[in-house]
Amino acid sequence: MIFSLSAGSLKRIEELVRRYPKKEAALLPVLHIVQREKGYISPEAEEWVAATLGLSPLQVREVLSFYTLLRRKPAGKYVIQVCRNISCFLAGAEEIVKHLEAKLGVPAGETTPDGKYTLVAVECLGNCDHAPCLMVNDDDYGPVSRDKVDAILKGLS
Amino acid sequence: MTDIQAALIPTGENSFRLEAYLGRGGYEAARTALLTRKPQEVIEEVKKANLRGRGGAGFPAGSKWAFVPQAGDQPRYLCVNADEGEPGTFKDRAIMTRDPHLLLEGIILASYAVGVHTAFIYIRAEYESIARRIEAAIDEARRKGFLGKGIFGSGFDLEVLVHRGAGSYICGEETALLESIEGKRGWPRLKPPFPASVGLFRGPTVINNVETIANVPLIFRHGAEWFAGRGLPRDGGMRLFGVSGAVKKPGLYELPVGTPLRTIIYDWAGGPAEGQGIKAVVPGGLSAPLLTPGELDVPMDHESLARARSMLGSAGIIVIGDRTPIIDILRIVARFYAHESCGQCTPCRIGTTWIGKIADRIGAGGGAAGDLDLIRHLAEGMKGRTLCPMGDAAAFPVLSIVEKFGVELGETISRGAEGR
Repeated sequence: MIFSLSAGSLKRIEELVRRYPKKEAALLPVLHIVQREKGYISPEAEEWVAATLGLSPLQVREVLSFYTLLRRKPAGKYVIQVCRNISCFLAGAEEIVKHLEAKLGVPAGETTPDGKYTLVAVECLGNCDHAPCLMVNDDDYGPVSRDKVDAILKGLS
Repeated sequence: MTDIQAALIPTGENSFRLEAYLGRGGYEAARTALLTRKPQEVIEEVKKANLRGRGGAGFPAGSKWAFVPQAGDQPRYLCVNADEGEPGTFKDRAIMTRDPHLLLEGIILASYAVGVHTAFIYIRAEYESIARRIEAAIDEARRKGFLGKGIFGSGFDLEVLVHRGAGSYICGEETALLESIEGKRGWPRLKPPFPASVGLFRGPTVINNVETIANVPLIFRHGAEWFAGRGLPRDGGMRLFGVSGAVKKPGLYELPVGTPLRTIIYDWAGGPAEGQGIKAVVPGGLSAPLLTPGELDVPMDHESLARARSMLGSAGIIVIGDRTPIIDILRIVARFYAHESCGQCTPCRIGTTWIGKIADRIGAGGGAAGDLDLIRHLAEGMKGRTLCPMGDAAAFPVLSIVEKFGVELGETISRGAEGR
């Protein structure tokens, strides 16, 4: 399978690589661009990124397997990250995770069969004064309750 | 709180925009410094202000800058640590959201002082919307000639890049952060050499927390004496104390360094949540050893907290209510560090995982008589035996819980045994 990216992504990658003192340092930002367009980093994407930045595919895999927000398989259209660390726990995060698991019908860590939602329980999101908090893709929510979660889900199409 | 020019976090809907920042006297301090003062004078001023690092370790910022060798033709770098992963910490989020230009002005001053022409802001990927806001601020500043070539008409050039992490607590450790910018796994480096001499791309490098850098323009706007006078003799300025957990008013409070913990919790955060007492308080992010209700009069500065056998860390205060079983806190602490251990050093990789398993077992009613000794043994085995401070960061809170709440944990274990 031949890997290709949109012209917009290619242009952003070209600009990025130019701005970094060393080409290979652009690896994380390039992986972010690929993931944003494709939803995940496929083996073909890994090879393409490696060739683009003058790295071996192994070097790319090494990085890819280290960072929790880089994905090697597709995720749902909406990735819901629920914080479960201390401040959110104290504010009832476990209940929020359970509620979402029941509502979406999948355990945390999985994607719904229709490919719409991925539910993840994560460590601190740095939004502790809004505990319990969660993120849907790039958007922050908090403090959330069961009702608030229902309303958020309703707003996603 | 104080007047708007002296605050790290301004109010107002559009506080993040350039015009709003200029209205608060923004960029004047950097302009004056670049046009009229030598880099060495800038360092001296920051030293005089007694500004200590706001990230966790509390190292004096001026001294850190002075360590960077000025000889040699290796490019020097500034890395601003915006990884903010320490649980209970949400201050840098607020600064960057509400006042990105304050951070940029601080970056200009720090870069000029150290002779840096490329600065990175390393921001956690979860802060994507904030990263975009900073990038927009960089564009605004560049259009005005505040960044790029010949800033303010001086001969000084500076580029600022926003570099996103990808979900890794350890990348907040300074050498892991460097590795991550270089396009590698966030594996901390062996020190020495220290980043001041061999850092990013092997060049001399300064790594400062967002709040540290954001304080720098205030020093130049109001003078080092003014800044030093707001804090304590060896620990100047105000700090953003984040309060979360079981309090009535969780939030961020900008108060002088050295404000007593009790004052912050009761006078600012409204005291413990309705119907609860306080069981314990984490004073400086999850890595800081827990304090008991009898220890809350401690002034919130590095030295006082060290004397109380805890640490100021990131000044993220987490209040634990008396209805929360302490085993739950132990489980969360242990799980977090096990999840975030980078895996390089065996004591941390194995120690955190085992402690996590034991804590989960106790929590599930399967505790055994020797468990607390075993946890203590494993935690002691991590302390001082890892490349980076994470081994300590994991061991300290665990040891404080076992030591201060051993009776409750013992009861939890016995209850579990009776139920079997």
